[in-house]
Amino acid sequence: MIAAPLNAAPGLLHMFSHPFIRYGFLAGTGVALACGLVGYFAVLRSQVFTGDALSHAAFTGALAALAFGFDARLGLFGVTVAVALGMGLLGARGRADDVVIGNVFAWLLGLGVFFLAIYTTRRSSGNGAAGPAVLFGSIFGLNAGSARLALILGLATAVVLLALARPLLFASVDEAVAAAQGVPVRIVGLVYLALIGLAAAEGAQVVGALLVLGLLAAPAAAAQRLVERPYAGLALSAGLALAAMWGGLTLSYAAPKLPPSFAIIALASAIYAAAALLPRLRRVVGQGGASPP
Amino acid sequence: MPLADVGDLSWSWNIGADLQGLFAYHFMVNAFRAGTIVAIAAAVIGWFMVIRGESFVGHTLALVGFPGAAGATLLGVSATFGFFVFSIAAALIIALLPRGNSVRGFSEESAVVGTVQAAALASGFLFISLYHGFLNGVNALLFGSFLGVTDSQVLTLFVLGAAAVIILALTGRPLLFASIDGDVAAANGVPVRWLSSLFLVLLGVAAAEASQITGTLLVFALLVVPAATAQILTPHPLKSLALAVGLGLGITWAGLTAAYYSPYPVGFFITSFAFAAYLLVRIGQGHPWRRAFQHEAKQAPA
Repeated sequence: MIAAPLNAAPGLLHMFSHPFIRYGFLAGTGVALACGLVGYFAVLRSQVFTGDALSHAAFTGALAALAFGFDARLGLFGVTVAVALGMGLLGARGRADDVVIGNVFAWLLGLGVFFLAIYTTRRSSGNGAAGPAVLFGSIFGLNAGSARLALILGLATAVVLLALARPLLFASVDEAVAAAQGVPVRIVGLVYLALIGLAAAEGAQVVGALLVLGLLAAPAAAAQRLVERPYAGLALSAGLALAAMWGGLTLSYAAPKLPPSFAIIALASAIYAAAALLPRLRRVVGQGGASPP
Repeated sequence: MPLADVGDLSWSWNIGADLQGLFAYHFMVNAFRAGTIVAIAAAVIGWFMVIRGESFVGHTLALVGFPGAAGATLLGVSATFGFFVFSIAAALIIALLPRGNSVRGFSEESAVVGTVQAAALASGFLFISLYHGFLNGVNALLFGSFLGVTDSQVLTLFVLGAAAVIILALTGRPLLFASIDGDVAAANGVPVRWLSSLFLVLLGVAAAEASQITGTLLVFALLVVPAATAQILTPHPLKSLALAVGLGLGITWAGLTAAYYSPYPVGFFITSFAFAAYLLVRIGQGHPWRRAFQHEAKQAPA
């Protein structure tokens, strides 16, 4: 029995009686943990655009699998992780210049549209929304099985990242010293790329391939603004991602006109904006209030 | 009007008849007019953009156009209008932002760009879901469409594209100077800061123009690829500029033709042709991939 006096938000109290909300929260929790943790290192290692590129690969992979009649998740995870490993092996230590990256990934997206066209023309069973669903996510459309799988994969990604956190942090801060100390820098970097691929594919199911970048970058950048120490920042990044996810899902439930992926990304961006403006605000308040020492 | 009216809509290798079939409809004539204008403006402005290393700024300006176009459709205004207003406004904002205080360095900057891109795309998605029954429009806005280009849209594209190219022609020499060596140019009295702000606005126009043909996600194909390919082929500025325009036109025309004679979207063909052209030229240069990586590795701080 739920107490009556809380009339202001009766809907919110019953939120979890809807299965689709429960599934959304289950999957969203796994995704937010994975993206928050992986994203922290992406910002630290300046690999945010790698995450962007991999989310494009997620789009093409999902639609290729659909076009050839497989489960979308097979293409989503398979292609994204394969591209991540390929980038790691090709890129060696350096990075390709932005013209090359831009070219390859514009073409990859073009290929994704091609598969989308094949999918919608060949299987004419009312799938015009397949493209938008992959691009912008469909978290409230998950069933129990895929929500559980998303949660398990998200937790697994988070656990592997945490296990790797120490050497990865060392390699990110000073690669040469880490290598001299016997950290297998190359392998750690490669495993981390695969983890970005997993996180991008995970996030693509919830907020969509185009918006997963916001979930990777915004909470992590906010955490790095707020906290200096790396492990505290890592935890804060995951916490902020979870806050954006749960808050966004709740907001979208309270105001059904807001699509969940918009609400999640809007909250994540707002968190970053607040973190970026906070020191400035503090300075202004400090100057207005007590006299400076 | 059902397309079956023409009778024969398949490519027959009888080039004369095929070309006649291509221009049988007014919408296709308009598509070629718009494509030609866009290809020229995007190639010329993209040429400067590649020299200035601002490819991702161009990409971001195009992405910001997406919520503009979606919002314009929601309000019942032409999507073209939304593209231009948002892309140019975003260019002005970027131009006005203070720069140089890179205390946090590149890593935070790319995180900010990523956040802004995701927020822009999310807002576009919001507008689209508020406007029911527009799901097919999503694909057109993101991945391009050549259907339904109206006469007034062609006129808008022409006026803005021509204005941008003329302004660029007038400021081309100092801009090139400032792009290649900003410090020396500034010492010689070139207003570097002012020129780069002006160029950002022109880039906004070009990104909005390219978005109409390739969609917001695929602007790289018309904005970057022709210029990057041409600059590999020849170091001479004017020659590579002309070559970029030629490549842009070739890619656009071939893409529109292929899309007309097949069931697949124009964005796929334009990106594929552009990528193929770039790849061919790079392969002609020896082992370009490896060299590019080595070049980067050398430049990367130890």
